[in-house]
Amino acid sequence: MSKTDVVVTGLGATTPLGGDVATTWSALLDGRSGVSMLPEEWHESLPVHFAGRIAQEPSEKLPRPRLRRLDRTQQFALIAAQEAWDHAGAPEIDPVRLGVVVSSGIGGILTILEQYDTFREKGWKRVSPFTVPMLMPNSPSAAVALEFTARAGAHAPVSACASSAEAVGDAVEMIRSGRADVVIAGGTEAALHPLNIASFASMRALSTRNEDPEGASRPWDQGRDGFVMGEGAGILVLESAEHAAQRGAKVYAQAAGVGYTDDAYDIVQPDPEGRGQARAISEALKDADLKPADIAHVNAHATSTPTGDVGETRAIRTALGDAAADSVRVTSTKSMTGHLLGGAGAVESIATVLALHEGRIPATINIDELDPETAVDIVRGKSEEMPAGDVAALNESFGFGGHNIALAFKRT
Amino acid sequence: MAHSEQEILAGLGEIVEEIVGTEPSEVTPEKSFVDDLDIDSLSMVEIAVAAQDKFGVEIPDDQLKDLKTVQDVINYIQK
Repeated sequence: MSKTDVVVTGLGATTPLGGDVATTWSALLDGRSGVSMLPEEWHESLPVHFAGRIAQEPSEKLPRPRLRRLDRTQQFALIAAQEAWDHAGAPEIDPVRLGVVVSSGIGGILTILEQYDTFREKGWKRVSPFTVPMLMPNSPSAAVALEFTARAGAHAPVSACASSAEAVGDAVEMIRSGRADVVIAGGTEAALHPLNIASFASMRALSTRNEDPEGASRPWDQGRDGFVMGEGAGILVLESAEHAAQRGAKVYAQAAGVGYTDDAYDIVQPDPEGRGQARAISEALKDADLKPADIAHVNAHATSTPTGDVGETRAIRTALGDAAADSVRVTSTKSMTGHLLGGAGAVESIATVLALHEGRIPATINIDELDPETAVDIVRGKSEEMPAGDVAALNESFGFGGHNIALAFKRT
Repeated sequence: MAHSEQEILAGLGEIVEEIVGTEPSEVTPEKSFVDDLDIDSLSMVEIAVAAQDKFGVEIPDDQLKDLKTVQDVINYIQK
């Protein structure tokens, strides 16, 4: 039996580069950084003084009474979902045929920490009665289901920094399985709190380039020294090709396949051989019925860590083979957004879809001196034209726990 | 210190606006929190805590469930 074709019909995002997809995409093409110094005084107690703070606060879009009962992850998810839904033309659909798969890597940790402060300072009666429905890792998924009356199922797959790529993959599977015709899918993260920065800093995972925040996220550059924490959300509307055609929806790309693997190597370190990553790519190609030569572009996970970035390029070479790897154009969105953790995979899926649809591949910024171990060509300096024709692109996301997700998108 | 009915009504209007966004002028004595002001049980808990801060009168949970209208809360606080 052939698989149901799944297409992308709507995009929404709120990121350090802009409060919507259009501003984010134009910043990516221009090569602008969304990383800046943290305004809060608490950054002085930390070794890292900067982050990718969201460009437009949710208070500009959501009324105050709603904000106070939504965790910041939910606020971002609702804003991005509304944009994606409107972009898709607000499809008319039976609620039991509309699904949601929206992830967060960490969940409502700002709520947990704020309410714990309230509890210690003022006692249990001052703890918000909305604490539990705000801190749940499924709270963004549930909030989106409630907002758009989606009753086919609301899911929240959690795989650290691969979470929202997994959400997009699961949405494809949900439509293929026949459980839904349309799925609102993606992820969100809001974790800019001193404890979280301290936690990643204590792993020595974060860049400490405090004198140059905009230059701190520099995947594949010789001088890279760790990732930059960011916040934000990305949401895609996925739809069976048949349903999209029936309602005459505009299609941005085909969500053609997904590969899921796990390294089972170490809780944090990726397998240095990149076997799990390469296998995820191979699985995605197989699932999408694509050949390595079809892949014109890879939106890499590439977070700006010393070992991860080059290891990933070796995995790309292993999976695609030398001929295809020699011509593929690879970039890192995180060089501009920082790392949106559970929001990263979906925001980068949006960048991948737009690269195919708009025909331009954003460049990776901040590469002054390319690491000679980089095993594929990186788009750097300025954005490049995407090759014409029936090309495809991959979006890779990896997470602590050894999770590897590769998504394949085809030009339509 | 006793509060006048008008003071309490105005205070409840501010609290309801802060918590659920309803215009204070909508908060009138005969209104039911659940049926007229669309306030759910969790928001009612927040309103009770805010009313305690404002008026210095604690509303225990077993009393709160019997306070259906704005007038019920005014009466309880004045008691």
